[in-house]
Amino acid sequence: MAGKLKDEILYDHNHDGIDRRGFLKCMAWAGTGALCVMSGGVLKSYSLSRLPEMSSKEAMGELSFVQISDSHMGFNKPANPDVAGTLKAAVDKINALSAVPEFMLHTGDISHLSKPEEFDTVDQILKGAKPKDVFYVPGEHDVLNDDGKQFLERYGKASKGAGWYSFDKKGAHFIGLVNVMNLKAGGLGTLGHEQLEWLEDDVKHLKHSTPIVVFAHIPLWSVYPEWGWGTEDSAQALAYLKKFGSVTVLNGHIHQVMQKVEGNVTFHTACSTAFPQPQPGKADSPGPMKVPAEQLKSVLGITDVNYVQGQHALAVVDSTLA
Amino acid sequence: MRRSVSIAVLTVALATGVGTITGGQKNILASAQEKPATVEVKIDNFSFGPATLTVPVGTSVTWTNRDDIPHTVVSTDDPKSFKSKVLDTDEKFSFTFSKAGTYPYFCSIHPKMTGKVIVQ
Repeated sequence: MAGKLKDEILYDHNHDGIDRRGFLKCMAWAGTGALCVMSGGVLKSYSLSRLPEMSSKEAMGELSFVQISDSHMGFNKPANPDVAGTLKAAVDKINALSAVPEFMLHTGDISHLSKPEEFDTVDQILKGAKPKDVFYVPGEHDVLNDDGKQFLERYGKASKGAGWYSFDKKGAHFIGLVNVMNLKAGGLGTLGHEQLEWLEDDVKHLKHSTPIVVFAHIPLWSVYPEWGWGTEDSAQALAYLKKFGSVTVLNGHIHQVMQKVEGNVTFHTACSTAFPQPQPGKADSPGPMKVPAEQLKSVLGITDVNYVQGQHALAVVDSTLA
Repeated sequence: MRRSVSIAVLTVALATGVGTITGGQKNILASAQEKPATVEVKIDNFSFGPATLTVPVGTSVTWTNRDDIPHTVVSTDDPKSFKSKVLDTDEKFSFTFSKAGTYPYFCSIHPKMTGKVIVQ
């Protein structure tokens, strides 16, 4: 796999030669996930497929975690008739990492239709993963019919409001946000006033040097508003995070990897473990993309993040399931 | 399809005053009230088709989800005139419009999907 674009680090904040002009890179290496390596406040992105070539120190940093997203358990259409199988493949990949990541983040759309058995299946599969802690935020598919009641009962007992919360790990501050509730006609994802107030308060007393990792389902940056791929009031949320030297935003929803650097903020979206979606505007609609069965695993994936304390580098790593 | 065409013809006939005899039109309307005419809206490629639909009072509109992804049909008014449960592939939702007015609606999962029913 060496030398292929999909296996390369996209942005390495340690190297100042990188072009940081608010550019958006839509990578053709659809469907990878990411190993996120946090190195002293900056996130790096690696393909999990590349990990065998890396030293375990490089792959781990001081804190490494995995992001998985958009499992869509219950989906059974031709784009992927075996979403349980591809989620298991993601777990196998996570378990094959040389060092066990600290925890996992699931950035939503755990289920396809919010059915209890769909959540049960995902829970069962994720129990097989070596990292035991999983932190969730809901996708719009997880809060169907009941305004997210079931999601909160299962995953959000310690959360606030519609399921937002924060926690600290090894000096980094993690914030899970919910932007899939009360969506308005014609609009995008929404955080809402109550959540924004909570966020302002949550980060008020943190040191500016604290690395911040925000995770939410719908991208917190304007990926493609025509398809609803953005969040109405994300600018307000990001304004509260301006004072921090390093902010990483991890999202799902769009079933493909995209990355963007804007000032102190690095944005990443992860692939789905279930099915890929087309690049913005490259199809009539953002519906599931059918790819030949033998290629499917190469467009699905997981994300692994490492953090190295005190050396100011943060890395997101992506990997396909192939 | 045939039914929606006949509704369209009826609407044109009413709007322009062109038609057969007045009595005949009354009969058509009367029968429409007894058994509501049905008009289809298809959900395809993350859009409602047709996005704007004009129907006479008493028409039942049925939405069918033909996407691989679930959608909903929810009116934007408050309180909501109509709200479907989540429609998986090929599932349907029907609502009969008994009052004239304009009814904007959207998919609450994919809010960029919007449509409107004009009831005359």
